[in-house]
Amino acid sequence: MIEITGLHKSFGEQKVLTGVDLQIPARKSTVILGRSGVGKSVLLKHIIGLVRPDRGRILIDGVDITKLGDTEINEMRKRFGMLFQDAALFDSMTVGANVAFPLYEHTNLKEKEIARIVAQKLEQVGLPGEEGKMPAQLSGGMKRRVGLARALALDPEIVLFDEPTAGLDPPMAEAIEELITQTQQDLGRTFVVITHSIHTAFHVGHKIAMLHEGKIIEEGSPRAFRKSLNPVVQAFLTPGEGKEEQA
Amino acid sequence: MDKISKTVNVIGEAVARYVNEMGRMLLLLIDIIRWSFYPPFRVDLLYQQMERVGVKSALVVVLTGIFTGMVLALQSFHATRKFGAETLVGVTVALSMTRELGPVLTSFMVTGRAGSAMAAEIGSMRITEQIDALFAMAINPIKYLIVPRVLASIIVVPILTAIADFVGIVGGYFMGVTILKINAGAFVANMEKYVELNDIYHGIIKSAVFGLILSVVGCYKGYTATGGAEGVGKATTESVVLAAIVILMANYLLTAAMF
Ligand SMILES: Nc1ncnc2c1ncn2[C@@H]1O[C@H](COP(=O)(O)OP(=O)(O)OP(=O)(O)O)[C@@H](O)[C@H]1O
Ligand SMILES: [Mg+2]
Repeated sequence: MIEITGLHKSFGEQKVLTGVDLQIPARKSTVILGRSGVGKSVLLKHIIGLVRPDRGRILIDGVDITKLGDTEINEMRKRFGMLFQDAALFDSMTVGANVAFPLYEHTNLKEKEIARIVAQKLEQVGLPGEEGKMPAQLSGGMKRRVGLARALALDPEIVLFDEPTAGLDPPMAEAIEELITQTQQDLGRTFVVITHSIHTAFHVGHKIAMLHEGKIIEEGSPRAFRKSLNPVVQAFLTPGEGKEEQA
Repeated sequence: MDKISKTVNVIGEAVARYVNEMGRMLLLLIDIIRWSFYPPFRVDLLYQQMERVGVKSALVVVLTGIFTGMVLALQSFHATRKFGAETLVGVTVALSMTRELGPVLTSFMVTGRAGSAMAAEIGSMRITEQIDALFAMAINPIKYLIVPRVLASIIVVPILTAIADFVGIVGGYFMGVTILKINAGAFVANMEKYVELNDIYHGIIKSAVFGLILSVVGCYKGYTATGGAEGVGKATTESVVLAAIVILMANYLLTAAMF
């Protein structure tokens, strides 16, 4: 369970988050929708302690991570996996080494076992046998899928996804949505998914929240969210307008 | 009047920025030291970086050594000939190489090759969120990226310096004995008589400090890079200039303290 209360963050003069309140239930998928530049990535980075808030609290199972020191937050992060918006693959390493990285660093698994997990994860994201490629040889969508495989490599308790389906063709986006839904169900993990895509939101989300002008302006089950009377939400949901818009 | 105060302001700001930057680098250095002693010790990463720093710089260091040794021999030949003391050319070359030019020129070359590469690599990792990704994966980037580079430089720069000293003296011998026809026996005898092991040690110790400086500056510039690809380029150039200046200042201080 992640509880965000009164989260404020400015960069210089620019106010990005102005009092975000959001409850992210454990063992469910929560989707955060919002227009480009509204602060979704910034919000996600707060949850894993990469950005420190100006004000507000982020409780993870009751522990306020905004108050933790370096080593404590490091321990906390071992429970997380994260897909960055531009994948953030290590460009000096092969695809296989990227996915294996968290396994090498945080487990005592044998080489062979790691190779097996890597192959399996790459298979799941539709990139079987691509271990030997370098990130520079991949398209944006392929990088994102490798990033996804890396985020899921350790089967972490909480996984943060920043735009998992942006830049993918519809069948591939569908496959990734399916993978996220399946993984979430099979392992019962807590997923937080940021997306522009209404399709992705309704496909994977148990709960959907909308970030607008620094605050969460609507949240609820997909069904309740769809019926929201908030005009900003309705504008977002109306087909044709900003629906599959990509960053 | 206005112009003067403006100039003073500009200078003041530049100095303040410089001091600020030095302070931040010192803080990074403290972090680096702290993480160096924090297990697990990553010998694999250290070895990898030693290889990279060494391989990147070996050839340029050898070339620098040879030509510097040769030109030193040539210059000191012209100077000493006036007193008929040509046989001191060997000593001059050996002392200049081991005490000053070996350490300083080697570390300049390593700065250009490896220090700048550190700034570029870490800088591009910073702007493409790879540093954040390391944090997110519960890996401290200072321990994982910076500590191995700094330790590798502290180890490898002295080795490269020893190589530069050696080839410099060989270059000086070639110039002096083979080309300028100085008596080989006297050339070597004087060198043996006047060059002490301490001269070599001091040079090597200095070079270890220079290795520390060039790697900390390179890593710092990369780690704090902002502003996209352009920012990485800027960080890279700045790292070379700053490292060179700090090396020269440290060289003066260390020399004053040791000799
Ligand atoms: N480190 C930073 N320094 C300064 N400004 C920042 C920083 N990170 C984000 N911002 C600013 O915060 C705002 C929100 O950025 P963010 O990346 O969270 O948007 P987003 O909702 O993820 O958009 P997109 O959907 O396009 O990815 C932007 O205006 C951005 O310029
Ligand atoms: Mg974003």
